[in-house]
This record gives sequence, structure tokens and C-alpha cells, in this order.
Amino acid sequence: MEAPLVEVKNLKKYFPKNKGLFGGKKFFVKAVDDVSFTIKKGETLGLVGESGCGKSTTGRMLMRLLDPTEGQILFEGNEISSLNDNQIRDIRKEFQMVFQDPYASLNPRMKVSDIIAEPLIVHGYPKEKREERVQHLLEVVGLNAYHADRFPHEFSGGQRQRIGIARALAVNPKLIVADEPVSALDVSIQSQILNLLKDLQEEFNLTYLFIAHDLSVVEHISDRVGVMYLGKIVELADKDNLYKEPLHPYTKALLSAVPVPNPRLKRERIILTGDIPSPSNPPSGCTFHTRCPFAMEECKKVVPQLKEISDRHFVSCHLY
Amino acid sequence: MAEMKVGEVIRQPLPQAVNGTKSTPKQEFWRKFKKQKMALAAGFFVVILFILGIIGPFIAPFGAAEFDYDHILEGPSAAHWAGTDAYGRDIFSRILIGTRLSLFVSLLSVFLGSVGGTILGLISGYYGKWIDNLIMRFCDILFAFPGILLAIGIIAILGPGLGNVVIAISIFSVPIFARIVRSSTLQVKATVYVEATRSIGAKPRRIIWKHIFPGTLSSIIVNFTMRLGTAILTAASLSFLGLGAQPPSPEWGAMLSGGRDYLNNAPHVTFFPGLAIFLTVLAFNLFGDGLRDALDPKIKD
Repeated sequence: MEAPLVEVKNLKKYFPKNKGLFGGKKFFVKAVDDVSFTIKKGETLGLVGESGCGKSTTGRMLMRLLDPTEGQILFEGNEISSLNDNQIRDIRKEFQMVFQDPYASLNPRMKVSDIIAEPLIVHGYPKEKREERVQHLLEVVGLNAYHADRFPHEFSGGQRQRIGIARALAVNPKLIVADEPVSALDVSIQSQILNLLKDLQEEFNLTYLFIAHDLSVVEHISDRVGVMYLGKIVELADKDNLYKEPLHPYTKALLSAVPVPNPRLKRERIILTGDIPSPSNPPSGCTFHTRCPFAMEECKKVVPQLKEISDRHFVSCHLY
Repeated sequence: MAEMKVGEVIRQPLPQAVNGTKSTPKQEFWRKFKKQKMALAAGFFVVILFILGIIGPFIAPFGAAEFDYDHILEGPSAAHWAGTDAYGRDIFSRILIGTRLSLFVSLLSVFLGSVGGTILGLISGYYGKWIDNLIMRFCDILFAFPGILLAIGIIAILGPGLGNVVIAISIFSVPIFARIVRSSTLQVKATVYVEATRSIGAKPRRIIWKHIFPGTLSSIIVNFTMRLGTAILTAASLSFLGLGAQPPSPEWGAMLSGGRDYLNNAPHVTFFPGLAIFLTVLAFNLFGDGLRDALDPKIKD
């Protein structure tokens, strides 16, 4: 078997938070708590979950924009989680990020050509070929070469996201972390961007970590899907497996909440009660037991481990 | 439209987007700035001052050191618009010639101060941690002194003279700029596009100069203008105290000081240089206010 492109082992991120005037008592917000997964070359791993469940934090740690509290990130077998800022800089061209908000992620004072050329300059792409490369990239993402001289505010949200994608592609990365790349866009534009991402994946053999909260978006683009809840991955499986036979009660509830465009279709909805607990004080045992309709006594005490139930279908639940 | 079928409507070309609805930042700035009549007038006055600063010595009817002992301490007349001083020198000409001196001293000192302050503020805001603490505590120390006292202290060490006035004013401008630039740096640093640049793998120097510095520029410009007025006032004060420009030179503060002895029988000797200082400082402050209102994105129409 081929070695995975990315391997994440027991990744944790605790944000320290001081309580009290003199910061005497320190406690932690467990944004990401013991997450492990692998991404193979050329595949798309989708990460879904409610807001605040740590999916963006995971993506940012993978990009080394945040330092993990604990755990390892292996990229092509090399550990990148322990490198310092100077050592990581050269490897950064291997993994790039597409951001959620296309209005905020482009510097409003720079021309599009300068924005897209920036990674080229940073990673020492020859000067004479830069302009040509920028024009090529613009065409690859479905914009015109003459857009290069404009400023970001002259574009629509979808076009801006295309610029963001062009910037990410500039240095031929192997991995792209897409942090909710379509959630700020109109539904009609969302599909365009998703299809663009799919086409690019095929053309350039890209690997994606696709973060989203929209299950239908994730279904469209992913090969495998991980479901996160309160900083933990509760279920991780191939897309078809996960959508056809979800195992974890949380996944079932999420899937039952996806709107179906058929008003006559009767279906069972699992409605979760209560709010998502605070990650600074997560429930004992299985973090989902406070809202789980199938909670047992065991769930309150023992933290469930991620187990392989069937072929490549991992669940962390005491029911299985 | 009524008889059009759905299919036809769909086949119709979409209307072209109207161009020019979103103006560039420059147009936006000008649209907001020209609405402020006071600032506009002040800006106009500032422009005239700079022109006078350049051509003043050539259009002045008399020289700066043209003595005329037949006409001493004379009030305003057709020949001497602002009267003459104790040596019979034309005050109006001296003010015109002195414009260059005042503007030059204030521009140079505020420029030096803003360069120093901007660099310190950028470093402090971007790197944070101990270096931020070090720079900001150093600024706090400088802030603890009243500006003019600090300037007097610096001149006490360096000795009197216009060059040392420049150094003194620039030193006490540094912490002001450092603090303002630091706060804008913190703001810009938190934006997604700076994070995006970091994720590309850009070095801190590139992030600071290409992304953060342009974002702090508007607050630097506003403060630069505001500080110019204060710098002119401080330079004049120091010269008045005899610490800056020395008597024969037509510096406004020195002229004020020279007329002090004749305040009772010839008030115009102090009045006109004083008026020049007053108008100049006021103009720079109003101009700065207008710039701030036009450049601040938080103030909407």
C-alpha cells in the first residue's frame, strides 16, 4: 500500500484561557482533542461538523498556521509539526490553503496579478516567467488574463474565490486545505466553485482536505468523510458508506437534517435536544452522551475509541 | 414584455453590469474629503503655505536683514504691510521668508519622528511578546514627560540651535507614532489576508512591508499632518525661549521673542508673527481632522 500523503496522529489543540483577575486558575478550551486521520494522495477528505467543533482549527494546524499542543503531523512521511517557522517556510509550497471568506482573504490594496504572483515571488519562481504563469493560472480557474490588472473589489464573491484558488495553485502544491471555500457564496456559485475544484484535482492530481458544514457539499466533492463533534472525530468512512449507512448517532442526526427536495417524502428525523456543550468543559466519557438518544450508562464514564467496524469505516461509539 | 415567452426571456442576454458603482479608494477618499468645507479651506491654506515656503524669499518686498533706522517700530502701512520692528526690518517680509524655516523644521522633525515611530510600532505590533513590551515601556517613559519639557531637556544636553530643535522634536514624536502604528498593526495582522500570506510561506519582512505597512499608512498620514502643527508650535516655543533659532534669523518664534520688549507701544511686532503661527497650526490641525474623517473606514458618510 502506498504511504499516505498526510498522516495526522493524536493531534490536540488546547487554547489556554485565564480565569480570574490574576490568572491564577488556568483552564483550557479543547478545540481539537485527539484527532487522527490519514489522507492518501489524490483523494479528498471531507471534514464536517457544527461550528466550533474544531474542524477549522484542525485545518489551520495542518497548514501550520497554528501550533499543535500535542500530536504529530506527517507530510509525505516527514514530520512537520515540530519544525519552527523558518524551517517550515520552504515546505509550505507543498500545501496551500483556500480560505472561507473571499472578501477578507485578498489584500484589497493589491492587484490580482500581485496577489497571485506573491507565492511565486516568495518561493523564487523566475521573474521573467511570472507574468505568463499568472495569466495561465487565471485561465485555469476560469477568469480572463485581462483581469490581472484589477483590484479585488472589482470582482464578485465567486470570482474572488477563483482568485484565491489561483493563488493556492500558483506553486503547484500537493495538498490544498480548503476551509469552507463555498460557505460564503451563493448556492448557484457554490456548484461552480466545487466543480472547478474537482476539475483542478483531476488536472493537477491534487489532494484536498475539504472542511465544510454543509453535508451535501461534502458529499459532492469528497472521497472519504470525517464527522467531527466537540474536537473529536466520531465517524470516518468512505463517502458512500457514510451516507448510506451512518453508524454514529450524531452522524445519523446530521444526515437526517439534510433537506431533501421532495416534500412528499416521509422520513425519520432525529432531532437533537440541547445545545452543543462548551469545549472548555466537555462532558465526561463520550462527549456526545448529553444529547445522544441512545446513551447508556457506559457512555458517561468511558471515552469511546475510534474502531474499525467494517472495511475502512471507523466509529467511536459504545453501541458498536 | 407580456407576450414574451419564458424561453425567450431566458435567451435574452443578461443586462450588462453597470460599471463604476464601486469607486476606487482614491475616489472614495476625495468624495468624503471635499464634503468637509473647513478641512478643504485648511488644505488650501496649507498648499499656499508650502508655495510661500518655496517662493517666499523671492517675492518678499524687503530682505530679512534689511535695516532701516528711519522707520523703526512703525505700524502697518502701504509700504510695510505688517509694520517694522525695532531695527526697521519689514515684518511682513520676514514672516514670508520665515515660512520656509518653520515648515522645513517641522516637516523634517516630524518625518524623522514618524519614520522611527513607524518602524518601532511595526516591530512591536508584529512580533509582540517581549520586544513589544520593551518598546512600549520605552514609549511610556517618553510619554511621561510633557513634550516641551522633554524638548528642553534634549536641547540642554545637545545645546541650542535649530538643528537640535529638529532632533528634540523628532525624539518626542517617536513614541506617538509608535503607539498609533502598533495599534493599526495589530488590527491588520489579524486579517485573513495576512494569514493567507503567512500560509504561502512569506517572510515576516515581506508581510510587514507589503501587507501591514500599507494598512497603517492612513493613520500615519493623518497623524503626520496633525503633528506638523504641534511641531511648528514647539519649534516656535523653543526659539522664543532662545533655545532654537537665534535672533537675526526670521524664525517666527524668535520674532515673537524679539518683539516682547515693545509689546506696549508696538504690539504689531509680536502680533503678526503670532498670527502666522496661529493660522498655520490651526490649518494643519483642521486639515488633519478632515483627513482623518475621510480616511477612517469606520466613519460612513
